[in-house]
Amino acid sequence: MNEKKKSNGLSDRTSDIILVAITAICVVIVAYPLYYVLVASFSNPYDVYAGKTFLFPSQFSFDGYKAVFADENIPRGYVNSIKYTVIGTIFSVILLYITAYPMAQKDMPGRKFFSYFFLITMYFGGGLVPTYLVVKETGLLHNMWALFLPGGVAVGNMIIVRNYFQNSIPHELIEASEIDGCSKLRTFLKIVIPLSMPIMAVMVVFSMVAYWNDWFTALIYLTANQAPLPLVLRNILIKSSISASQSAMVGGGYAELNKVTEMIKFSSIVVAAAPMLIIYPFVQKYFEKGFMAGAVKG
Amino acid sequence: MIKTPRQNNEERNEKMTAVKTKKPANDKTPAPTPAKQQLPLKRRLARCWELYLLLLIPVVLTFVYKYIPMYGIQIAFRDYSANRGFFGSKWVGFDWFKRFFAAPTFARMMKNTVLISLYSLLWGFPVPIILSLIINQLRFPRYKRVVQTVLYAPHFISIMVVCGMLKIFLSPSGGLINLLFGTKIDFFIYSEYFRTIYVASGVWQDAGWGCIIYLATLANVDTSLYEAAKVDGASVFKRILHIDIPALLPMAILNLIMSAGGLMNVGFEKVWLLQTDLNKATSDVIAVYVYQQGIERANYSYSTAVGLFNTAINLVLLFIVNKIASKTSEVDFV
Repeated sequence: MNEKKKSNGLSDRTSDIILVAITAICVVIVAYPLYYVLVASFSNPYDVYAGKTFLFPSQFSFDGYKAVFADENIPRGYVNSIKYTVIGTIFSVILLYITAYPMAQKDMPGRKFFSYFFLITMYFGGGLVPTYLVVKETGLLHNMWALFLPGGVAVGNMIIVRNYFQNSIPHELIEASEIDGCSKLRTFLKIVIPLSMPIMAVMVVFSMVAYWNDWFTALIYLTANQAPLPLVLRNILIKSSISASQSAMVGGGYAELNKVTEMIKFSSIVVAAAPMLIIYPFVQKYFEKGFMAGAVKG
Repeated sequence: MIKTPRQNNEERNEKMTAVKTKKPANDKTPAPTPAKQQLPLKRRLARCWELYLLLLIPVVLTFVYKYIPMYGIQIAFRDYSANRGFFGSKWVGFDWFKRFFAAPTFARMMKNTVLISLYSLLWGFPVPIILSLIINQLRFPRYKRVVQTVLYAPHFISIMVVCGMLKIFLSPSGGLINLLFGTKIDFFIYSEYFRTIYVASGVWQDAGWGCIIYLATLANVDTSLYEAAKVDGASVFKRILHIDIPALLPMAILNLIMSAGGLMNVGFEKVWLLQTDLNKATSDVIAVYVYQQGIERANYSYSTAVGLFNTAINLVLLFIVNKIASKTSEVDFV
């Protein structure tokens, strides 16, 4: 180690360059596919085919987006997705909070029992069919609530919120409010909730992303008319089939149809992915802080 | 078990917390409220009635949708019929399991399930660790922030969309990969490409997000250690080797245990979406079979048996790896 002392400055500078170079490559690998889709969605599909859109759109147009919304299923899927995301997020975050707050009270009798009660569900479950049968028996088949209720408490997230309550909310405040005669519930509403906004922001984003992107639950429990956006897009993205109203926009023959199908793929990806990609950077600074307070300090 | 993205997410978060969940137990001894412990149980219960009220809905939901299905697993040993329900159906013992073991595609599904998971683990486990070690050493805060933002991005995209992108990029005509290499390969009709596609896209989507827990751990490292190392003339590489890696080790081992416990949980969604009739030699997995038998064909008992078999292997693996790990380190999470 001693002989390296002299070359310390240089070594740090060269290592800086290496580290920046490696991370820059990673950034390109991750970002370029997304960028390419964005560019291609504004381009003429023939040019995309010919490989003319690696960096910039060619023959800029909104045709792809017009075609996406020409299919009546997609606006409906969009509305469904927004509905599920809003209701699901509100429901999940409330559920998370009303579970985490009691679990954060170390003096609550039975706390250990409830801990195990929730924790076990994280390691072991009934599996696909038994859960499906219970959902069916409780009358949730073809009901929007099948997306929210069977998921129950997100236990992993609940632990993070619980730890946040225990670690990041000053004890003195809670004790002071209890001495002032506030009940546990009032303390929860007036002190704990307002002071937990950073972790709430993280949980809201987690829930939103989960509901916005989920399609498997809807595939099992809901009807085609209730399908959220990703499930609607399966026809276009995976099966490469577009609706009659979309193909009616195309005058030409089979080759033309094929190109339009590809064009619609690009714009529908942007339409589906953009909302969450726009939202998450706003709460990014809370991610690590939330995890540190919620996870690391315990 | 078939996992929805939401469950996957929970699992990831739970990994982040599992290491720590032991700690509150230690906190109990220096509890700041020793006086309250002396209160008689009745009074403590009375003080907490509001808390139990809050817990009512979560407990009922968990009981109905988590515990009753667990009880319903017994249909794996019965011949389930809808009008007789979970308990009334005829007992058939291990018949469904025998049928599964005798299925013509049983060996293929086992092999594919294990191999896809193993390769995912082989790449998906070390990449976030290496990435976070590198990101942690970046000395330009703004650049560091940009790197993190970009690397997290794919995690927020639906698997449906990711599979759609894969279909586009790997398309034989006009697909980005074929354009770049001047080839016209249809990647989805050759079974030898399937695992690579699955694993590479998985790393692309989740490696960045996987860093977050390691970065949070590294942020907790005492900065005076770095200062001391710098004074000693330790290079960045040495600092990583002697400070960062030891700091990450417990979390990394915990992650490994958790992954081993989920070894049979191949992401159903991606396989199901990317599977074609032609690549089934490598893409046929147990999770897809459970779905097809259970939901598409309504063979409820058979599907439950197959799923239970899968879960059982996972639990066994979890315990084995946990035993090994707890012998070699201080981490013990079960």
